[in-house]
Amino acid sequence: MTRRIVIDPVTRIEGHAKITIRLDEDGHVADAEFHVVEFRGFEKFCEGRPLAEMPGITARICGICPVSHLLASAKAGDAILAVRVPTAAEKLRRLMNLGQIVQSHALSFFHLSAPDFLLGWETPPASRNVFGLIAANPDLARAGIRLRQFGQEIIEILGGKKIHPAWAVPGGVRSGVDQAALDRIGAWLPEAYRTTGVALDLFKRVLSTHQREIETFGNFPSLFMGLVGPRGEWEHHGGKLRFSDGTGQVVADQIEPKEYSSYIGEAVQESSYLKSPYYKPLGLHGGLYRVGPLARLNICNFIGTPKADAELANFRTFGRGAVTSSFLYHYARLIEILAALERIELYLKDPDLLRTHIRSDAGINHLHGVGVSEAPRGTLFHEYWVDEHGLIQKVNLIIATGNNNLAMNRTVAQIARAYIPAGTTTIPEPLLNRIEHGIRCYDPCLSCSTHAAGQMALQVRLLGPDGSLLHEIQRD
Amino acid sequence: MAAKTLIIDGKQVSAENHTTILQAATDNGIAIPTLCHLEGVYDVGACRLCIVEVKGTAKLLPACTTRIYEGMEVTTDSERLRKYRRMTLELLFAERNHICAVCVANGHCELQALAYGLGMDHVRYDYCNPAWAVDASHRFMGMDHNRCILCTRCVRVCWHIEGAGTKNVAGRGTKSRIISDLNEPWGDSTTCTSCGKCVLACPTGALFHKGDTAGESVRDRSKLGFIVNAREKQQWTV
Repeated sequence: MTRRIVIDPVTRIEGHAKITIRLDEDGHVADAEFHVVEFRGFEKFCEGRPLAEMPGITARICGICPVSHLLASAKAGDAILAVRVPTAAEKLRRLMNLGQIVQSHALSFFHLSAPDFLLGWETPPASRNVFGLIAANPDLARAGIRLRQFGQEIIEILGGKKIHPAWAVPGGVRSGVDQAALDRIGAWLPEAYRTTGVALDLFKRVLSTHQREIETFGNFPSLFMGLVGPRGEWEHHGGKLRFSDGTGQVVADQIEPKEYSSYIGEAVQESSYLKSPYYKPLGLHGGLYRVGPLARLNICNFIGTPKADAELANFRTFGRGAVTSSFLYHYARLIEILAALERIELYLKDPDLLRTHIRSDAGINHLHGVGVSEAPRGTLFHEYWVDEHGLIQKVNLIIATGNNNLAMNRTVAQIARAYIPAGTTTIPEPLLNRIEHGIRCYDPCLSCSTHAAGQMALQVRLLGPDGSLLHEIQRD
Repeated sequence: MAAKTLIIDGKQVSAENHTTILQAATDNGIAIPTLCHLEGVYDVGACRLCIVEVKGTAKLLPACTTRIYEGMEVTTDSERLRKYRRMTLELLFAERNHICAVCVANGHCELQALAYGLGMDHVRYDYCNPAWAVDASHRFMGMDHNRCILCTRCVRVCWHIEGAGTKNVAGRGTKSRIISDLNEPWGDSTTCTSCGKCVLACPTGALFHKGDTAGESVRDRSKLGFIVNAREKQQWTV
């Protein structure tokens, strides 16, 4: 008899999800699926709204990464106004995105994922969280929380508030900075570097004892996608799209972001509200690609700042051509924090930031625009169609987490195969947590990716071959 | 001009004959919540936020259109008045689509400020969720009926300060709406001078400058009173 394991809801992720594991006649894992079970309909209710309101509206998709939506939306607006964004505004937007990367990556690492590998997979779930981490290692937990706060401070200094600043607008940004504000950011930098260094050392020690996790937590060749600069350097806001494969070979390069739909298809699956994007030339089944920190470090030729490039060299020793284990997302995340800190440091010395021309003005010059930016979780696409008066006619959003949908499915299946022995009918807690962690590697934001309302919860269901429910676990 | 004496909130005040309760109260430093009232144009008593109690009558009367009389006793604040004012606000919020967080007027909206001020923490009525289209046909300005409370400030400033007569009210009941000319797209109006006074007058984000983003619609409404004062009294006081 074939069976089915269901984990529902998945915890310590941003959103609400459920996992189904199907067993075959022999009790082996046949397949596993990750479902996102929420729906919000942002693409629909934006229709009819004025273009200028879009950054403010779409930022509300998410409370963790509103900045990513704000920036991608403003860029789509730039394209519709057909304006050149003033230099100061472009750099200020980048500075805010770097703050966003730091705060979101710190949240993922310290609050959501570190409790698993620092406290141990077997720790009871009630203490395997950030509070358990505070009890076990208060200095590390405090430093991690403050690192996140540093990123949030940058967002607040620029945008006036930490969450949902309506600051980036089509044509530029609404307000600039003064030297005193930049000095406040600069004063915090040494501590941020220190915390990142501690976390990097710690995680490299974790890697030396987590060989099995490296091998089984989403370790498979796949395509990787992200933005790169003109020299193939690491990018987070501008640049063009690049796809590379599991051996590090570049498959498609310097693709204009507005051409994304020629390369990315979106499949709709009955079992999930989250669409499954894939690399079109290889079709749905061969076109699985990953985005986010792991992908960005795999596709880039170099990062462009010394400390981050030194870490990148070490990171690359974990793969041949490309690092293919999703467990290494955590490492990539820490390296990206380092890269972000180094770039922030450079911007703080850049006189362009203090220029006062920060917003270009124009009417509706194109009826269509695409805005692409790197969110912490990966490449974010906002595509708008407007009428001649600038009212939104149609919206298409591909959210960073959505890009990783197929990869998350495959990761769950790989972990289930590795850790569920034949004949299992229940889901033991450490197994449940490993499966969940497979998802956490991607730091998914499910409320974002379905643009859906959500709470942090996961459900896992174990199904027999006839589809009968064998076991179900739910965490609230 | 003859003066009358009356009592507002237990305070004896005097005001010129034909003054409204609102004017008499304001001149004596007593604040009454208003929404459709706007310095520079006549009052219409549309919003019912300025209702007050007058001794000797069971009805609640709008302070903006009720004239004072000798010996009048007025109460501008009581539990009963606050209850009805909150109810009026809740009905305004329920009738159209007021989404403060992403509104151009967020933080600068008179409707929002009143709701905060009167302690309106929820709406007890079912939201109507009507589907109103935005008129963005004008080159510089837009009209979002979703945020309109039909205070008619825009109509009054358009007719009586600018003198263009572009803005009008059409329809009945919940289908009432502000129109341009004889219900043309605003951008096709032959009378609109694009002066922007209607945007300046709007208490919410219903009328906005194109390109305004969330919370960006900040207006200096005293400019309207300034123009009227300059025109009628030949005084340009800034």
